[in-house]
Amino acid sequence: MPLPKALLWKIARHLGAIAALVLLGGLLSATLVRLAPGFDADERELDPALSAESVRALRQSRAGEHNILRFYTNYLRGIVHGDLGTSHALGQPVQSLLRERWPVTVRVAGLGLLLAWLVAATLAFSACLWRLPAYEIFGITISGAFLCIPAAVLALLSVILNAPGYLAIALIVFPKIYRYSRNLLAKAYALPHILAARARGLGEIRILAWHVLPVAGPQLIALAGITVSIALGASIPVESLCGLPGIGQLAWQAALSRDLPLLVNITVLVTLVTLLANSGADVMTYMLRPGELETPHEPGMKPA
Amino acid sequence: MNRARKLACVVVLAVCAMSLAANWLAPAGYAKQFRDAPDAPPSHQHLLGTDEIGRDRFARILYGTRISLLLAPAAALVSTVLAALVGGLAGYVGGIWLRLARGFTDLFLSLPWLFLLITVRALLPLNVAPLVSVLITFLILGLLGWAASARVLSTSADALRNSDFVLQARASGLHGPRLFLVHVLPNLKPVLYAQFWISIPVFILSEANLGILGLGVAEPLPSWGSLLRELEGMISFREEPWKLVPLLLLIVVMTSFQTLLSNEEVTA
Repeated sequence: MPLPKALLWKIARHLGAIAALVLLGGLLSATLVRLAPGFDADERELDPALSAESVRALRQSRAGEHNILRFYTNYLRGIVHGDLGTSHALGQPVQSLLRERWPVTVRVAGLGLLLAWLVAATLAFSACLWRLPAYEIFGITISGAFLCIPAAVLALLSVILNAPGYLAIALIVFPKIYRYSRNLLAKAYALPHILAARARGLGEIRILAWHVLPVAGPQLIALAGITVSIALGASIPVESLCGLPGIGQLAWQAALSRDLPLLVNITVLVTLVTLLANSGADVMTYMLRPGELETPHEPGMKPA
Repeated sequence: MNRARKLACVVVLAVCAMSLAANWLAPAGYAKQFRDAPDAPPSHQHLLGTDEIGRDRFARILYGTRISLLLAPAAALVSTVLAALVGGLAGYVGGIWLRLARGFTDLFLSLPWLFLLITVRALLPLNVAPLVSVLITFLILGLLGWAASARVLSTSADALRNSDFVLQARASGLHGPRLFLVHVLPNLKPVLYAQFWISIPVFILSEANLGILGLGVAEPLPSWGSLLRELEGMISFREEPWKLVPLLLLIVVMTSFQTLLSNEEVTA
């Protein structure tokens, strides 16, 4: 079956936006890298064991990065040829570093997201189904408590308690999913036609499947896209403090050693994944309900 | 104001007052080392014990709270002003400017917050004086945290631009900055206040995350981030429960902010 024109237009718009954002992000990062204080400095030059020739070679290797436009052109040319540059601190190609580390992050963040969604959705659905005040208070208190704890502290606590890293990610993402989905479901259950269905004695499962999910579903899918970004952000403290060799830990190491080419690539890659997740959610939302056009932005959702 | 919000208000004010009175309440300065008592348990002399290099933990908590609770609102002010400039003005002007501002805001919002923070922090020198590190940390938070607020403000300003009273003001001959300052900005105030208050706990948590990762306030200056970093060396909760006091204080303050903001978020 051919895809409707509006959907194709929407997908094209998202792809265009992703390309533009990656290009803009790259340019912005390149500019920031060039303007950063200490850009020309390389700690390795202070090593007394290095000869004058080695120091010159080191400087030569960084010469291409001095001009913003040249740095940016080299960066884009590298991407086209599958070369993302070399990490200054680790001395390895960025591409191989990303390839080595990415599976760890996908596994840890993926398991964390899955667990968070499972717990949050179960709690939110059962809170709406049973409507017990004690259950409601329990959910709000638990999610509120986790919202008040910095992501890095949850990662540290998981280390102290010998808990797996994905559990820390689940605890970081869970309160955001629970609060938002709980509000969505409560709003859906308060709709007049759902109240009428309840009054007529329709079963709870049938109400959920036929009346609540079609209303709340698109926004829950949009929320799923946003939680990918939150989980990826949470991977920095979790992987760094739990000693997991993923993208988050790599970003942290790059930040501490001011390995800017590596950091720029990681940030662009993570932004790309975030945008793909949000665009995928947006397109799915549109397919489920063609009238629903934009992914909702909830204030305060972003920072983890 | 209900009871829970009153209690939350009292807690935040009490913590602020105690941190401001740190010079009188603290038994020693935040950097003073008691070299004969490193990693000491709580005693009469040191209410919450000392850290691994012998600094009084109670004193450091008081001074650290002062830094976090004073500078997070300052960063929130910077981000709210930026949000008003980008979102508020774009929403008021409308047209292509609004679309451009929303595109730019979306670019910022698509960057995962912590990745953005550590990237920008790494662009600036890490080995700086403690006071400079405080300024850098909170300035980064303020300069990068405007996007979500700007989106909300652009929507509100856009709605105001199309409202009847602004149309009437325009028809009466009022234009440009005067229309914005006299009619639009005062009506944006509730949203601005809400965004300001919502940003404070977000920035407190972000500073704590940066501090624990070693990218926040530099030693010997204390902040909640650097105080929580001590948990890294903790073996078990039962053996050294007093090391959890900074975390408990943070949870209490954040819960109080959440309670106070429960209505603000609805407004925003």
